[in-house]
Amino acid sequence: MSENVKSLVDVPTEEFLLPGHAACAGCGSTLALRLTLKALGKNTIVTIPASCVSVIQGPFPLSSIAVPVLNVALPATGAVISGMEAVFRFRKEKRKIVVLGFGGDGATADIGLQTLSGAFERGHGIVYVCHDNEAYMNTGIQRSSATPFGAWTTTTPIGRYGAGKRHFKKDMPAIFAAHRIPCIATASVAYPLDLMQKLKRAQAVGGPAYVHIHCPCPPGWRFPPSQTIKLARLAVGTGMWVLYEIENGDPSTLRITVRPSKRRPVAEYLRAQGRFQHLPEREIRQIQKFVDENCERLGLEVARAR
Amino acid sequence: MKQALTGNEAAAIAAKLARVKVISAYPITPQTAVVERLAEFVANGELDAEFIKVESEHSALSACIGAAATGTRTFTATSSQGLMLMSEMLFVASGLRLPIVMANANRSLSAPLSIWCDQQDSMAVRDSGWVQLYCENNQEVLDSVLQAYRVAEELLLPVMVCFDGFILSHTAEPVDIPGQAEVDEFLPPYKLPNPLDPCRPVTMGPVGVPECYEEFRCMLQEATRASKEKLIEVGRAFWKHFRRRYGLIERYRSNDADVLLLTMGSLGSSAKDIVDSYRKRGEKVGLVRVRSFRPFPVKELIDALGSAKAVSVLEKDVSPGSAGALFLDTAAAFINVKRAPLMLDFICGLGGRDVSSLHIREAVRAATRAAEIGEVRKAVRWLGLREKLVGLRI
Repeated sequence: MSENVKSLVDVPTEEFLLPGHAACAGCGSTLALRLTLKALGKNTIVTIPASCVSVIQGPFPLSSIAVPVLNVALPATGAVISGMEAVFRFRKEKRKIVVLGFGGDGATADIGLQTLSGAFERGHGIVYVCHDNEAYMNTGIQRSSATPFGAWTTTTPIGRYGAGKRHFKKDMPAIFAAHRIPCIATASVAYPLDLMQKLKRAQAVGGPAYVHIHCPCPPGWRFPPSQTIKLARLAVGTGMWVLYEIENGDPSTLRITVRPSKRRPVAEYLRAQGRFQHLPEREIRQIQKFVDENCERLGLEVARAR
Repeated sequence: MKQALTGNEAAAIAAKLARVKVISAYPITPQTAVVERLAEFVANGELDAEFIKVESEHSALSACIGAAATGTRTFTATSSQGLMLMSEMLFVASGLRLPIVMANANRSLSAPLSIWCDQQDSMAVRDSGWVQLYCENNQEVLDSVLQAYRVAEELLLPVMVCFDGFILSHTAEPVDIPGQAEVDEFLPPYKLPNPLDPCRPVTMGPVGVPECYEEFRCMLQEATRASKEKLIEVGRAFWKHFRRRYGLIERYRSNDADVLLLTMGSLGSSAKDIVDSYRKRGEKVGLVRVRSFRPFPVKELIDALGSAKAVSVLEKDVSPGSAGALFLDTAAAFINVKRAPLMLDFICGLGGRDVSSLHIREAVRAATRAAEIGEVRKAVRWLGLREKLVGLRI
C-alpha cells in the first residue's frame, strides 16, 4: 500500500468495512469509517462509543468491521484508547498498531470531551476521528454542541418561541489545538484523497492525532440520500466547513488543504437542507457573517461569489 | 517478611507483587496513598508497569478496560464518589468479562460531604457484576488482592477488594509480605483467551438484541455463582502457598451460639472482642463475618446461622426505604428454609461514626431479648444515633 494517497491509484483496494452493514442510505459517517479504515489499514484496533456506528457495524453475532472492535460507553473513548495504547507501549509492540477512537460529535464535543482532553494532554500515541454529523443522530436528531446555528433538531424545534439552535457550533479543532497535539486536521467525505492523506499523517506522527470529518446525514439534515457528497462539497465550497491541518497547535503551521476557487454564499448550502428551511434572511446573514469571520481567521482568503 | 503497613500500602504492594502491567487511577481520600505508592514503585523501577494518571475515575476504569481488552493485567483503586463516577464503566467491565481488579477504600457518599468510612459506596454498585470481597485487616487486604487476580482471570470476572476507609486504609498493622517468587508461583502470568489483536480480529461489546441480551446476563450470573467455588479453591491454594486461610465467610465461636452477630469488614475484629467477653461469662454469643458479599454465600450462611436463635446484623450501609443490604440478602437466604433464626438489622457507623463496644453489646442484647420472647418487634434499627439531633425517635 502506498504511504501517501496522492491519486485514486494510491487508494488501497482492501475494504475493512464490509457490505451488509446497517447504515442508512447516503450515510456520511459510514463513508468516513470506510475511508478511515482504508487509510489506516489492517493493523488498526478501533474503539467505538455508543453512536450510529454501534448500529451500523451490526448486532451480535454479526459484524461488518474487519479489524478488532471494542464498543464502549459514550463518554469513555479517550480513556479506553489511552489504556490500550499504554499496553502496546509497555510491550514495545513491533507491529505498528494504530489505536483508533471513532466517535460522533456528541461523544467528542459533549459527553466525551473530558476523557479526550485527558488523553491528548497525556500525549498517548492515538488517532481519534470525530465523524461529525452535527447532532445526536442515533437517538433521533437531538442538538449537540456541534450542531450549527439555526439548525432544526428535535430538541431545537420550530415553535412560537423557538426556531432552531440558538448557539454556534463548538470549534473542536481549536480546542484540541490548545492541547498542542502534533496533528490536527479537518476533513470531509466529499474529499476522500485529502481525508486519507490526513489519516496517513495522523498515523505517522506517533503522538495524539485528531481528525474531524464533516459527515452529512440525510435523515438528520433532511435531504435526499443521493445528495450527501454534493452537500459535503457545498459545505467546503461555502466555507461552512474548512479543510485544514495544524501541527502542534501552532497557528503559523495552519495549512488550508482544499481551497475553493470562489466561495459560494452559505444560503446555497442552507437552502439545500430541510433543517434550515425555517431560517429568516436575517439569520442567514448572521450565519454568513460568522462564516466570513471564521474563513478570515483561518486564512481562507478567497473572494465570495455574488 | 513482616512490616507495619496501612491498608493502602498493603493494596499497593499486592498490586506490585501481582506484577500488574497497566495501572490507571485517580486520587481520592482515603485511597490516595495507593495511587502514590504505585506511582513511586513505577518511578523507582520497583514495578515495571505503565501508570496512566487519568483525569477522572470514569477514565481510570475506562483505561483499565482498554488495557484489559488487549489481554493485560490491570489494577485500579478508588473510593466513594470515585466509585460512583465509575459505575457506568463497572457494568461495561463485567459485561465485557474483563478480569480487572480494583481496591476500594470504603467511604461514605455525599451529600453531606463526608470523607469517612462506611460501606455505602460499594453497596450502591453491588449489582454491577463485580465480585466483592470485604477485608477485616490489612493482611487480608494484601492477600485478597492476590487471590482476586486468580479468581478474576480464571473466570473472566472483575473483582473489587473493599477495605474500610481510614480504619484500615490509614491504620498501620503488621502485615506479612510474601516474597515475589512465592507470589509468582501462586499467580502465573495472565493470558486472555480472545484479546484485541489485529492478527485475529474480534468485536467486543456490540449491540445485544433482546434475543440474546438476557443470555449474556445469565452467563454473567452463572460465572459469578461459579466464583463461589473458585474463591474456595483459590483460598485453598493460597493456604498451601502462604499458610493463611480464607473462605467466603469467617466463623468465630459460632458453632454452638444462640446469638450471632453478622457483619462485614473491619467491624469483624471489634465484634470478636465483644464475643470473647460474652463467652467469658458463659454466654453463647458468636460472630459470622461475610467476606464475599458477591457472590453471596447463601449455603454457607444457612449453615452458619441456621442453628442460632437470633442474629443481629451490623452494617455500614442502608437502602433508604428498605433496610441494610447485608440484612436483606441474609433474610432472603432463609426464604425457603424451614428453620430460620430471628433477624435484626443494625445500621451503624455511617459517615465514619465510631461503632463502640457499647453499640455492639446493644446489638447482642437486642438479639438475646428477641430470642427470649421469640419475636422481633422492630427489625431495622440504628445504632449510636443522636436522636435529639434529628428530632426523631427511632
